[in-house]
Amino acid sequence: MEKIKSQPGDLTLMEVCGTHTMAISRAGLRPLLEPGVRLISGPGCPVCVTSDTDIDRAIATASIPDVTMATFGDMIRVPGTEGSLADAVAQGAEVRVVYSPLEALELARGNPERRVVFLGVGFETTAPTVAATLLQAREQELANFYVLSFHKLVPPALRALLALDEFDVDGFILPGHVSVIIGSDAYGFVSSEFGVPCVITGFEAADILQAVYRLMVMKGEGQPAVENEYSRAVRPAGNEKALRVMGEVFEPADAEWRGLFVIPGSGLVLREEFRRFDAGSWDVELPEPARDRGCRCGEILCGRIRPPECPFFAAACTPDNPIGPCMVSSEGTCASYFLYCQEDD
Amino acid sequence: MCLAVPAEVVEIHDGEMATVDADGARAKVSVQLVDDVSVGDFVLVHAGFAIEKVDQEEAERTMELIRELEALSGHDEIS
Repeated sequence: MEKIKSQPGDLTLMEVCGTHTMAISRAGLRPLLEPGVRLISGPGCPVCVTSDTDIDRAIATASIPDVTMATFGDMIRVPGTEGSLADAVAQGAEVRVVYSPLEALELARGNPERRVVFLGVGFETTAPTVAATLLQAREQELANFYVLSFHKLVPPALRALLALDEFDVDGFILPGHVSVIIGSDAYGFVSSEFGVPCVITGFEAADILQAVYRLMVMKGEGQPAVENEYSRAVRPAGNEKALRVMGEVFEPADAEWRGLFVIPGSGLVLREEFRRFDAGSWDVELPEPARDRGCRCGEILCGRIRPPECPFFAAACTPDNPIGPCMVSSEGTCASYFLYCQEDD
Repeated sequence: MCLAVPAEVVEIHDGEMATVDADGARAKVSVQLVDDVSVGDFVLVHAGFAIEKVDQEEAERTMELIRELEALSGHDEIS
C-alpha cells in the first residue's frame, strides 16, 4: 500500500471480473486508492451483460408448456422487456435452478416427456462445462436435452472497449478463473497492440493491491505487458483440454452485450453438427423491444459512471428490488457497491 | 458466479467422475476437462466440473478466502 502511494501517477484501472468487483468493494479499496488510482468496473459479470432480447428469448422458451428450463440462480430475476424468469414462473413456466449443466442432463434423463433446456450463461470458465455436458448428451443419444447459449468471450470484449475513442484506461486487472481456461497468452494483444498493461490476479485484497502496484510500475516505465500473478493456476496456454472441448461444440459469433453494443465474435453459438440441441434456433414469439427505462447499466458496465451517478441507484433500484442487471446479479457493480460502499459517499 | 472452488480429490469413479471434498462438503464432479487426476490431487471446481489442478497451498489459500467471504456475506458461496 505504501509502495502504491509513493508511486507518482494518476491512473484509471479497470477490472473485468464480478468476483474482483466484489472483493474490491468488500475490502474498501476504492476510497483507499484514490485519488492517485481510480478503480472502475468493466463488463465482468456475464449475467449483467445478457441483453434484454436474450432474456426475452429465455422467458419465451421457458414458457413453452413442455419445456423445463434449467438455469444458474443468478438469471432468475434479471429483467427483460416484460419481466423476468421469476415472473414467468408465476405465470406457470417450469424453471429449475441448477449448479451444474450436468444436473440439467439428469433432469432430461429423468423426465423424457419434458424438453429440458439449459440456459447457458457465463464466460470461458463456464462454456467448457456446458460443452462437455453436450458431448455427454450426444453420446447418450438424449432426445430431450437442449442448450440456449448466451455464453460470451472476454478477449473480444476487451478489444472492442480498447478500440473505442472515448475508452481511456491505463491498465486492466484480469479475471483469475477465466484465465485458468484461456491462459495468459490470450491477452497478449492488449499490451502488444494497444499498449495497455494487464495483470492476472487472484481474489485477495493483497493480490489486487499487488496488481495495482505492478500496473503502476509498468505504466510508469512505459513497458506494458501481460503479467501473470496467478501462475499457480493460470498457465500461458490455459487449460488446452477445456479449450478443445469448448471449440468442438461452440463457435464464435457476434453477440449483443447489454448496455454496450454488438461485439463481433464475442458470443458462442452451437456448431452446425450440434444444431439439434440448439434451443436458440426455435421459433418463439418475442415482445417488442422496450423503450429506454432510464437505467444507466450500460455506462456503468463501460466504467464511464459509478453506481451513485445512476438516478435509480439505492432509490428505486436496490438488491431487493432491482431494475437493471448490475443490481440483480450478486456480483454486479451496483450490487457490490450497494452492499459495501454506501458509507463512502 | 465464475468463481471456482478448490477441493481435494478423494475418490475416482468410472465415466470421468470423481468425489471431491471442499472444506468438509463432498460432491461428485466431472473430471472430463482435466487430464491425469488422482486421489489426493487438489482441483478447482466450477459448475460441477474440475477445471484445473492446483497445488495444496494454493487450494488452502483460496479456501480460506472463501470462508471469509461466507462469514461476511452470510450465505453459502460453495453450493
